[in-house]
Amino acid sequence: MQDVKTDSTLSSPWSGGGSPFAMGSKKLGMWLFIVSDTLTFSVLLITYSYSRLTNPDWPRPFPINPAIIFSTTMTVVLLASSLTMVMAVMAAQRNDRKKTVLWMVATMIGGLLFTGLHLTEWFNMITKEHFTITGNPEGTPLFGAVFFGITGLHMTHVMIGVIYLGIVAVGYGRGKFSAEDVEVNGLYWHFVDLVWMFVFPLIYLMSVKY
Amino acid sequence: MDTHAHAEEAHAGASVGLNIAIWIGLVAITGLEVFLAYEQLQPTVMLTILVVLSLVKAGMIMAFFMHLKYEKFSLVLLLVPAMIFCICMMFIFFFPEAFRLLQLRPH
Repeated sequence: MQDVKTDSTLSSPWSGGGSPFAMGSKKLGMWLFIVSDTLTFSVLLITYSYSRLTNPDWPRPFPINPAIIFSTTMTVVLLASSLTMVMAVMAAQRNDRKKTVLWMVATMIGGLLFTGLHLTEWFNMITKEHFTITGNPEGTPLFGAVFFGITGLHMTHVMIGVIYLGIVAVGYGRGKFSAEDVEVNGLYWHFVDLVWMFVFPLIYLMSVKY
Repeated sequence: MDTHAHAEEAHAGASVGLNIAIWIGLVAITGLEVFLAYEQLQPTVMLTILVVLSLVKAGMIMAFFMHLKYEKFSLVLLLVPAMIFCICMMFIFFFPEAFRLLQLRPH
């Protein structure tokens, strides 16, 4: 069969043998996905910033206690889970399977804690303060669509990330996945953290109640 | 198989200490942002400061946590200019229409 390439044909860059970025296809694929997802969040955050600045009656529903303390805690939890993911990737590169899985479980706990805190906040806002996706008692109804839309999309990313971490942790622990898979998983997780670094200041800190 | 082995090779990255230092830096910038939120600045000024600080944080996460600093520079050239170009295009197409609509709005 002619379509099975041998090592000699793969050795030339022009026949597909080169690795211009010196990384596997999975990692490059994840980077390209991250670029496209960045653009998704950029659109949302740019249009949000425009709405925020052009609507003088934008609600300011976040008092320091509990909302800002709560969301700052969420930020620190998510940042901490990024650090444990760094540790997991480093352990995977040393081929320390046991420690890798433990650090990944720690990362998952961070992700679950973040989701739990976030959902608590959502339910408080919906049931006690009557903020819904279509309206609120304080100002422009646009706030609900923006707030629940952007934080909801981010929370979906966190939940998918926790499931992804679980699958890779089990697979890596059993020897099915390589250190590169853990690293690719790490890229996704850090990206979710990175997005929150924009969502938290723009959504929460721009709408604090003095 | 040579290229495959090369791709699988572990990359030299930052040490544990440097990663922890970056993490402390990220938490510190977050603290600064929360402090600034109570300075009662103009929304436009506030937004600008927050976006700049967030871009610094994003750069730190990408360079160290996501290893971009330790990858081949060609990857940075592939990803970053394309991203900046797309975001610039969004600005070019979004704002003229957005400000036109704003003028149509009853006051």
